[in-house]
Amino acid sequence: MNDATQRAVPDRLEGRWTSYLKSWETLLVAVAVFVFVINALSSPYFLNAWNLSDATFNFTEKAMIAMAMALLIISGEIDLSVAAIIALASTAMGVALQYGAGTPELVLVGLLVGLLCGAFNGWLVTGLGLPSIVVTIGTMSLFRGIAYIILGDQAFTGYPPSFAWFGQGYVWWVISFELVLFAAIALVFGILLHWTSFGRTVYAIGNNPTGALFSGVRVGRTKFILFLMTGLMSGIAAICLTARLGSTRPSIAFGWELEVVTMVVLGGVSILGGSGGIPGVVLAAIIMGLVTFGFGLANVPGIVMSIFVGLLLITVIGAPMLWQRLRERSA
Amino acid sequence: MLHQARPATADSQAPANEPVLALSGISKSFPGVRALSGVSLELYPGTVTALVGENGAGKSTLVKILTGIYQPDEGAIRLSGDEVTFPTAYDATQAGITAIHQETVLFDELSVAENIYLGHAPRGRLGFIDRGRMNRDAAAVLKRIGAAIDPDARLRDLGIASKHLVAIARALSVEARIVVMDEPTAALSYKEIEELYALVERLKAEGKAILFISHKFDEIFRIADRYTVFRDGECVGAGLISETDHDALVRLMVGRPVGQIFPKREAEIGEPVLTVSGYSHPTEFADIGFELKRGEILGFYGLVGAGRSELMQALFGVTRPSKGAIRIGGEVAVIRSPAEAIRRGIVYVPEERGRQGAIAGLPIFQNVTLPSLSRTSRQGFLRLAEEFKLAREYTSRLDLRAAALDRDVGTLSGGNQQKVVIAKWLATSPKVIILDEPTKGIDIGSKAAVHEFMSELVAQGLSIIMVSSEIPEILGMSDRVIVMREGRMVGEYPREKVDAETLVRAAAGIGGNDAFRK
Amino acid sequence: MAKLLKSRELLLAAVIVLLLTAIAWRFPGFVRPRNLANVFNDTSILIILALGQMMVILTRCIDLSMAANLALTGMAVAMLNAAMPGIPVPLLIALGVLLGAALGAFNGVLVWKVEIPPIVVTLGTLTIFRGIIFLMSGGAWINAHQMSAAFKAFPRAPLLGLPVLSWIALIMIALMAVVITRTPLGRAFYAVGGNPTAAVYTGIDVGRTRFLAFTFAGALAGLSGYLWVSRYAVAYVDIAGGFELDIIAACVIGGISIAGGIGSVGGAVLGALFFGVVKNALPVINISPFWQLAISGSAIILAVAFNARAERKKGRLILRNREAAA
Repeated sequence: MNDATQRAVPDRLEGRWTSYLKSWETLLVAVAVFVFVINALSSPYFLNAWNLSDATFNFTEKAMIAMAMALLIISGEIDLSVAAIIALASTAMGVALQYGAGTPELVLVGLLVGLLCGAFNGWLVTGLGLPSIVVTIGTMSLFRGIAYIILGDQAFTGYPPSFAWFGQGYVWWVISFELVLFAAIALVFGILLHWTSFGRTVYAIGNNPTGALFSGVRVGRTKFILFLMTGLMSGIAAICLTARLGSTRPSIAFGWELEVVTMVVLGGVSILGGSGGIPGVVLAAIIMGLVTFGFGLANVPGIVMSIFVGLLLITVIGAPMLWQRLRERSA
Repeated sequence: MLHQARPATADSQAPANEPVLALSGISKSFPGVRALSGVSLELYPGTVTALVGENGAGKSTLVKILTGIYQPDEGAIRLSGDEVTFPTAYDATQAGITAIHQETVLFDELSVAENIYLGHAPRGRLGFIDRGRMNRDAAAVLKRIGAAIDPDARLRDLGIASKHLVAIARALSVEARIVVMDEPTAALSYKEIEELYALVERLKAEGKAILFISHKFDEIFRIADRYTVFRDGECVGAGLISETDHDALVRLMVGRPVGQIFPKREAEIGEPVLTVSGYSHPTEFADIGFELKRGEILGFYGLVGAGRSELMQALFGVTRPSKGAIRIGGEVAVIRSPAEAIRRGIVYVPEERGRQGAIAGLPIFQNVTLPSLSRTSRQGFLRLAEEFKLAREYTSRLDLRAAALDRDVGTLSGGNQQKVVIAKWLATSPKVIILDEPTKGIDIGSKAAVHEFMSELVAQGLSIIMVSSEIPEILGMSDRVIVMREGRMVGEYPREKVDAETLVRAAAGIGGNDAFRK
Repeated sequence: MAKLLKSRELLLAAVIVLLLTAIAWRFPGFVRPRNLANVFNDTSILIILALGQMMVILTRCIDLSMAANLALTGMAVAMLNAAMPGIPVPLLIALGVLLGAALGAFNGVLVWKVEIPPIVVTLGTLTIFRGIIFLMSGGAWINAHQMSAAFKAFPRAPLLGLPVLSWIALIMIALMAVVITRTPLGRAFYAVGGNPTAAVYTGIDVGRTRFLAFTFAGALAGLSGYLWVSRYAVAYVDIAGGFELDIIAACVIGGISIAGGIGSVGGAVLGALFFGVVKNALPVINISPFWQLAISGSAIILAVAFNARAERKKGRLILRNREAAA
């Protein structure tokens, strides 16, 4: 074997263009187009620039968090406390408001609380070595619990108009600030994950944390940064959401953590870590936004939409697995 | 449940020349490897058949087929002449085949008795587990193999050797005609091994057919009656032990004369590169001190669990020592993480290739460049062309066989994965390369390539620490050998003054070789 | 006896006793047997659900859909009762258990046969179940006056000094203790979660075992569905919303390892009771009930940290490896 003539290993195999057709993103694009067409056909109000612009608010805030969550899940961890971070950050902004904070201070408070919460999660997971799925269930109760202690059944209102712009303002024509912000965040995370060595180590950790550690990757530090990013994105989402609603209640963004995770998984990120990408998650966010909007136009209540999302989640994950099993069996 | 001395009637009446179990034409493939191709094997009642072969020869795959873990792609299994299949492990047990597996098949949270009887616990009224009877039966089985273990103890509280005895007890707790033992003595002490041999003799007397898998030749010649040799997934010979000898078996096993396996070439040995002194860990090793010179291959021999891997992982910064110092090139170095070790020029090729070495899921080239990303990227941005260049350079030096460098490393065979791991480290231009069981479980071709490459590396001025449990490899490759036992150094020998017996005695703690022992 | 109460459970029990003592120091009324019985009764449903979740977690899975399952079966039995008050309560309970088991089995099949990760499956079914409730009920509530008297009275009916609800919880605890420690299936839960590869070697069908865990957990959620709806005498889409995480939290506080294979019935019960004590004590000691969430969150984090420390202690200990059987 050893004396066989040495042959060079090529860098890449010739990719067939059909392999692009089979990719997850292509499937998502098809679904998005399908939903778009169905919506357009079923409602005369759908193809209206302002209506479509309104529809983006259905997903932009969640999708911002989903960007960071995608990296976190690819690295093999998860953060279920993101919605609670929103509640705590929003409450903190409300408190700051009571002390006469202006818009810049409010923004600063929101970002800072998000970062602190992320740091706390990151420390529990990487510093103490605890499993993130349980720890963030704990911090989820803790963060929202603090919001409840501060607010009880009260609400903070009276945010300044300049602050409201973050949630209600438009940059140009129908293009909202939130949409632009989301696009920018998606771009940053896309570049970070796919084009930098940081992104590469995220994949390495997700596929094999021990192997990554043994390859000199600073696993703990990387994961800590990812928790920090997720916290920060939750803080940004808290600013946008608070500004959009104009008020803070402790139940704000309740249940969002599962929607964000659904978005990420639907976007083709493996819940087991190691694979997936930003474009898929962006597409999944758009699909979820379109579906919500379409159902809204058709006067279908939001809860029915949740059936659809649930079924979509199970089918898109399950169908390829089932298909592969059937093929293996027939082979 | 227990089947003490009375042999099964069917077995005692069967003539010895009629196999109780016959495998023919068995083939099994996995993605990237053909583990077995058309092998056959026969087991006779009251007979110990040794299955011999190097790591990766397909022995464990065969065991898994026999016990219903894997299904063969082709071939037939005949039990007393009738063709059978074992869709699950349960079916194999029902057919009277029991096995002591190489990996311990045990559960930390269950009690010893529960571990022994999981899947076939004695039931009382209403179908509930009869704990009293289960504990009594377990105690009887344990006593039979001479193990003083409380059946009610929780498994997690036992040591490795005791766990192994529980695994043996588990295999003997079912009424079986065929007992498969996959390297049963690997984790046992001298005394326990003697007791195991006695047990094998008793099982033989009871008329059981025993398949005994081992690397240790003295063991094979001591207890086996017949042998079958596997090489690279094929059956290359079988017969009576009394009609063969050591050399003949080794030749069959490796397929070439013994002297040619290890191509260690003389390299110039220079100044010390790495000096370790008083190196200790709270639980894993103590008082380790040695010097590694430029161009030297330093072998570390010892039994499984002697603390060699733990020592190497501490040197690599995975775990922290409690005491002691390391000097690299005369300069004191504190290594707190693998990243630091790599920067200091120490790299580690781990024993557990799948878990610690290769990162399955990432393409080959990304595996190679992972520790070198700071060199192949610019301001944190990846440069794929640079990555491919680096990966191409080092994988070609190791003669990697793969479809393309952008394929998932998980699709490669064990030997080629190992080449990727080594390529990954060479790309960091290290000074010291630690190889932990570098050829475990890889095919002969890759093995020779790894050995040849080691010679090449030291010739270029690198230094190598090689942990190995294979005596021929240690003897063939090392310039110097250090033996460890129970976390301590118990001997250090230059190449020309060491032989297999010395190593075995020192590692097992027999005789007066404890030069370094306090 | 000491062996039955492993340190984790003992410690948690001590914490609960300590908590009770602290409360009793200022408010002796709280620890009167009558009140403690009330606390237990109040925690009964959480205990039953935690027992179900425990089976699932033992097999290294997780069920996020238990609360939604509870809500769906609760709505189903409530609507059935409202439409046909003649159906006897035991039959309704049986139907609830069956429906719950079927929903659990649906999760189980997806995990077993389609091999979707459990967290994804139950994340999906969680929203699907809630949606189905809406479709069934049209978003309407089933209120107390629509339910038959027998339907509402059953869990409250006193029996030997305790309400039937408490008795059901006690029976479930006893039943689970037997299943977990005395049946091959119970042992298989530990084997599958503790070491799935090795479980295959012992002839255990890992997928099937997980399927059964999900099915049983579903059955318990179905039982809880009836109990919840009849106890609070109302059924609507969002009942027990967010409760799925409380159930997991009770298990985690009870020392059941999310990594599978570690945990006990006693732990699950104590974990749930801890919740019950805190929840019932807050109004007594004049702390706003809004503190409850933060307290349980902190308790979860502390419990996980403590369990992780306890598990980390086991090492290979080569140097002291002298205990080998000789």
